[in-house]
Amino acid sequence: MSEVGETPVEQPASFAFTPENLAKAKAHIAKYPPGRQASAVLALLDLAQRQHDNWLPRAAMDLVADMLGMARIRVYEVATFYSMLNLKPVGRHFLQICTTTPCWLSGSDEVVRACERKLGITIGETTPDGQFSLTEVECLGACVNAPIVQVNDDFYEDLDAAATERLIEALRRGETPRPGSAKGRQTSAPENGPQTLRDLSFPEGKL
Amino acid sequence: MLSDKDRVFTNLYGLHDWHLPGARARGDWDGTRELILKGRDWIVNEVKNSGLRGRGGAGFPTGVKWSFMPKQTDRPTYLVVNADESEPGTCKDRDIIRHDPQKLVEGCLLASAGMGVHHCYIYIRGEFVNEAKRLQVAIDEAYAEGLIGKNACGSGYDFELCLHRGAGAYICGEETALLESLEGKKGQPRLKPPFPAAVGLYGCPTTVNNVETIAVVPAILRRGASWFAGIGRPKNEGTKIFCLSGHVEKPCNVEEAMGIPLRDLIERHAGGVRGGWDNLLGVIPGGSSVPVIPKSVCDNVLMDFDALRDVKSGLGTAAVIVMDKSTDIVKAIARLAKFYKHESCGQCTPCREGTGWTWRVMERMVKGNASVEEIDVLLEVSYEIEGHTICALGDAAAWPIQGLIRHFRPELERRIKEYREAASRRAA
Repeated sequence: MSEVGETPVEQPASFAFTPENLAKAKAHIAKYPPGRQASAVLALLDLAQRQHDNWLPRAAMDLVADMLGMARIRVYEVATFYSMLNLKPVGRHFLQICTTTPCWLSGSDEVVRACERKLGITIGETTPDGQFSLTEVECLGACVNAPIVQVNDDFYEDLDAAATERLIEALRRGETPRPGSAKGRQTSAPENGPQTLRDLSFPEGKL
Repeated sequence: MLSDKDRVFTNLYGLHDWHLPGARARGDWDGTRELILKGRDWIVNEVKNSGLRGRGGAGFPTGVKWSFMPKQTDRPTYLVVNADESEPGTCKDRDIIRHDPQKLVEGCLLASAGMGVHHCYIYIRGEFVNEAKRLQVAIDEAYAEGLIGKNACGSGYDFELCLHRGAGAYICGEETALLESLEGKKGQPRLKPPFPAAVGLYGCPTTVNNVETIAVVPAILRRGASWFAGIGRPKNEGTKIFCLSGHVEKPCNVEEAMGIPLRDLIERHAGGVRGGWDNLLGVIPGGSSVPVIPKSVCDNVLMDFDALRDVKSGLGTAAVIVMDKSTDIVKAIARLAKFYKHESCGQCTPCREGTGWTWRVMERMVKGNASVEEIDVLLEVSYEIEGHTICALGDAAAWPIQGLIRHFRPELERRIKEYREAASRRAA
């Protein structure tokens, strides 16, 4: 995230992977040829961020640099380049609203307004209780189900203002609503069901 | 309309089991060993003869690309599959990954066998967390059954496949930026030449292909090049997943024959334009990077590489973004300008500076707070960005602006006139 350095962030003094995450980190490193362990940098930063309330402290970047034999500056470069790496704390529910043209055509402005109204914060802010952060993101790659909000790892699709408010209410109650279409659509099929792929037979397992 | 028996992605909507047994019941992994044993040259020739062109946007003939890989080398060689699907409007690879992942896994093996490659990485965009989890399960299932790994499918061919997650950067969909990212660096594109087939991942010969390109390969090899080549038009053969978004009654993904008329595509599969065909303003036919085409062009244009190139647009990723007459077309394109400003990697000056400048001017154009001469300046600057950068992001940022000015210049001029009139009324 490019916002690094804008506001001072209170950094923990140290960071260490849990034994479970350390094992996962080693499995990631093993995917790449010997000497090419830097390839695992995104995977390790992601693990560290998940372990640390969805943001990446400096100490974690330093640890990853040391584990992979990378200069620390190379890891900072990576951490500031990729948008999914959060260099400051975010709320427990990280709402990422897609507003790129396909979502915008389908009503993402309405979704943004519903979020801001319901949460009492604007884009880029976190609620005082630390429960919700709101951000605008570029195309999430689910455009036929626009507009979309990504909450942590999950995509909520086919939203309008009312569905967005219901989503936030459910999150507030501590529920994890079922990801996917708010209209009950079958994934990317047209509403009211697919018009193709209805005449399928697979004789003897062959097409 | 394409008949269901000619559709490759039979579980596009996820109505059936995506696990290995379900995939096998749909015909995946049937006779894969025999296909591998037919040999490297046979595989490449079949793909060449099928007419398959890359499905990631550029449309380069896939078999020809594969033939660039060295026949003999003492270095490792790699296949890298581009699953960094981020082109606005595009969401087809996501469906392949979550609903038909075995087609991709089998395609990775067969494509690799065609190029003599034994190591493959799939680079998936970071935001697709759930899709990545599912693809990892599919890979694990294929390993557990001996379909990939040592002696894949009992063919004697060794093949390793790993999944690699990105972390949010559109530019990593550019093949050399993807390789940089895969090596653990910022995703900044490399100069070409050397091309990846000579110097790619870790400096070794590498081919980068899109998910859809790889996932149709098993069907081509199984059913024959002539089957695939018999669909569509010459040089634009085969089937293609189209993503229909925006102002249509029923947005959806659908696999259709290449060369289907745009109007048929929208009316048959997406329930038509909201408010009817005559309510259509324009369409971005191939993802955000290709120029918009107005209704008069949409009326008759065919959806393939050459037909769309002939109307100064492109098939790109076949992501069809439909805009009806209620659309603020200037704002729609201004939002794309903001996208490219956000996603520029910052390496080349024309793109880094040009995308920001373009966006700021476009924001003024939305209000009409500009002069008519600035339309020409905007166009001129777009030509200065296009072709003057290491990668195609500069071109991609320039083309939507050029399309807007080519087809909607009167709208830009109208806004400027209205803004000036309102300003002079306020002053009076």
